[in-house]
Amino acid sequence: MSVVTLQMGQCGNQVGGQFFNMIARDTFDQSLAKCNVPRQTNQQFIDDVCERFFSQEEGSLKARAVMVDMEPKVIAMTTTEAKRSGLFQYNNKQQFCQKCGSGNNWAHGFLVHGSKCSQQVMDLIQKEAEKCDRLEGFFTLMSLAGGTGSGLGAYITQCVRDEFPHSFIMNQVTWPFYTGEVIVQNYNAVLTLSHLYQSSDAILIVENDQEQKICSQLLNIKKISFSDINEVIGHKLASFLQPAKSNNLTSNHLGEMLEHLVPHPEYKLLTMKTIPFMSENNIQYSAYQWPGLVKHLTQMLIANASMEEGIDWGVKLSSTGLAYNKSMANSLFLRGLDVNTVDVSSFKDGRLYPSWLPSEACLASWTNQRTFNKYEKSASLVSNSQTPLISLNHVIDKAWSMFTSRAYVHQYIKHGLAEEDFLDSFACLEQVIKNYKDL
Amino acid sequence: MTQSIVVQVGQCGNQIGFRFWDLALREHSSLNKTGLYDDAVSSFFRNVDTRYSDPADIPVGHGLGKIKDLKARAVLIDMEEGVVNEIMKGPLRGVFDYKQLITDVSGAGNNWAIGHKMYGAKYKEEISETIRRAAELCDCLQCFFVIHSMGGGTGSGLGSFVLNLLHEEYPDIYRFVMAVYPSHEDDVITSPYNSVLAMRQLTDNADCVLPVENQALVDIVNKINQANPKLAERKSSRGHVKAGSAISTGDGGIVKGKDEKPFDSMNNIAANVLLNMTSSARFEGSLNVDLNEITMNLVPFPKMHYLVTSQTPLYSVSDVHIPPRRLDQMFSDAFSKDHQLIKADPKHSLYLACALMVRGKVEVSDIRRNIERLQSSLKFIHWNRDGWKTGLCNVAPVGQPYSLLTIANNTCVHHTFSGLRDRFVKLYKRKAHIHHYTHVDNMEIEDFSESLESLTSVIKEYETLEKQINNPAPSLPRLQVI
Repeated sequence: MSVVTLQMGQCGNQVGGQFFNMIARDTFDQSLAKCNVPRQTNQQFIDDVCERFFSQEEGSLKARAVMVDMEPKVIAMTTTEAKRSGLFQYNNKQQFCQKCGSGNNWAHGFLVHGSKCSQQVMDLIQKEAEKCDRLEGFFTLMSLAGGTGSGLGAYITQCVRDEFPHSFIMNQVTWPFYTGEVIVQNYNAVLTLSHLYQSSDAILIVENDQEQKICSQLLNIKKISFSDINEVIGHKLASFLQPAKSNNLTSNHLGEMLEHLVPHPEYKLLTMKTIPFMSENNIQYSAYQWPGLVKHLTQMLIANASMEEGIDWGVKLSSTGLAYNKSMANSLFLRGLDVNTVDVSSFKDGRLYPSWLPSEACLASWTNQRTFNKYEKSASLVSNSQTPLISLNHVIDKAWSMFTSRAYVHQYIKHGLAEEDFLDSFACLEQVIKNYKDL
Repeated sequence: MTQSIVVQVGQCGNQIGFRFWDLALREHSSLNKTGLYDDAVSSFFRNVDTRYSDPADIPVGHGLGKIKDLKARAVLIDMEEGVVNEIMKGPLRGVFDYKQLITDVSGAGNNWAIGHKMYGAKYKEEISETIRRAAELCDCLQCFFVIHSMGGGTGSGLGSFVLNLLHEEYPDIYRFVMAVYPSHEDDVITSPYNSVLAMRQLTDNADCVLPVENQALVDIVNKINQANPKLAERKSSRGHVKAGSAISTGDGGIVKGKDEKPFDSMNNIAANVLLNMTSSARFEGSLNVDLNEITMNLVPFPKMHYLVTSQTPLYSVSDVHIPPRRLDQMFSDAFSKDHQLIKADPKHSLYLACALMVRGKVEVSDIRRNIERLQSSLKFIHWNRDGWKTGLCNVAPVGQPYSLLTIANNTCVHHTFSGLRDRFVKLYKRKAHIHHYTHVDNMEIEDFSESLESLTSVIKEYETLEKQINNPAPSLPRLQVI
């Protein structure tokens, strides 16, 4: 079952490059001794990954991806980096770019570029989809702050939903830094999220601020660049999208995962937590045990921490005391040595979930004995929970205060958006916040 | 990759423009070692085959063709021939095509009405044709840069006429104007009239205006010379400053030492601003900022598009043993009033938005750290507390390891404009020199009052926002879900 990746805009393409790089390195570049599985199982794994993410064309391994950007520089850089890695390549024909960007203007990306380019982009997507034996769904990578990723990304997601009504669509959105990368990022974020809520199946949120903290505190990188941040994002994405099996031996295809994680159409926001994260030098000297990892991960979920340092252990699962993070559904991915011995009952605690959901059904766990990316044991949690509420609230606050002063609104109206569209988006997201708050 | 066309009008405009082209060639020649005509070079230059008498344009194609001969994408307009003739006699004559020049003989006599109404009508067709020719040679034209002064006759009059024309004929192409405002002690008596009459055109027709004041440029040049007195005489810089690194130098350009003119160091600063602003659009980086993103993020309301720029560092130190704590210093300097290109103090006024265009070996964590550090000392308007736009370009400017250009929309510009309005009103009350203007066909006395009104309303808009510096307006409550 194959997944077609759509990389939209500068952020989408840069993250996509690191994502495929991570998958290729983990799959093809690991020595068999370190993998912890026999040769035959490893070969089966490699075949699975190839079927899922790559296609064999013209003698080389090409990523199942369509790259879209309104200006050519980033796509060129990403393709060259892929070629340089020697493990995989991007198909030059599956790229679409224009000359002039979208100017950080959501209306420009959605209305102007959307209507102009959608036919050609959909043709490329159709071609990529036809190459798959069995198409599982689409994985779109985009940012919320800019113009192309957010605006054109939202438009194309709508088109894909119309063309492929039975495929699953998951959008990975990159939340910008709190203090500005782009001044109108809050408007762009509000407009994008409200539109994605109609057409996408799941919205996976990744926050730049948190990934940067992981880089500085856990990986000890002094001068953090965007490619470091993107590597962390790629690691997290690969940790749950790489093949794994559940207890009854079903594979973690996109559809299976999303059916579990998004049981109700009003609750589509997903977040990822992955442990451990260590710098290269430290990996050889640490010995993690499963009980420790599971305990940390559980507390990270309850206390809403994004990494394993600085967790607030004071937050407990009780109705009195500090409020804890409630979830709709959780999916746990365990990879490495002794995965069959892991006790995951802490995630099945009924207090984590609302009373109207049966708590045994809320956790799905997927395991793979094969080690992931040099970590002997690694665990990843994808949850549909109240985690994104703080950032979402913050963004809506700022966007609303800008909107009441009508600042920058003329730039959006210039391209065809109306004030009602803004109000509709605000209303939609307020509803989302209320739903999650009431969990 | 997008192209930009530079339209330089009047003596000041052409002199700054001339420095701009010299520095642009310097930048591309130091970066482009292979001599291939790629997208970056094509944003400002055309590759032509001069074997034909009408040089044929060679497109970028797959970016592997060698540079044969470069022609600037520029239109040079001046109503007296002196400046343009000097350019065409000088070492840069090969870069300009005689068909890109529009000149007349007698000049505009420091009279906006003659520049705008008389010469405008006379040369409308020719200007339109020349610009159209330049635009057709572009694959994807993104913006026009118009450079002119506000105090004179041709620059302000004909320059604002050209801006009108561009607005009418190319409404979708962005128009950036670099306007040189007269200082308090300006030698042209009618400069307030010319400036205010031109300002109204800028307010209505430009997408973004970068005001520059001569006094500020003089101060910056003095500051650089103080750091190394020998730099001014171009002797060996065994001083503190690395040769060729100051933003006021033309070292390494085509124009050699003996040909340098007195205003060149000041004009180099202004030219560097243009180069740095477009660097992210031309070269690769991890956070690209295109020119349309600058207008999008820095102009919250249509008329408030006057942006204050500042450029740091002014020079780089030649002693390699001094540790690089310069990076944080660079960010702090950018917000001091000594580095701004107009005489204004942004720290005591309200920021509406601010863009940081960084070039060179700087990482996103450095930028974030400095933003957090500076956030507390700068006042931002309440609905844009985090109003920062960052751009990161991998390619450093010539002679320096990194540089920072800040473009800010700050209410301090209204002080400059108020000063201008006061000088205008002083003359207008007495109707002094008005007859020179009203003599010209199509020039009405209402033009004066309307321009004054337009300037007053811009000043008022900035003042109203600045009043919110300490008491923000109460915000409406958010939508409630029932």
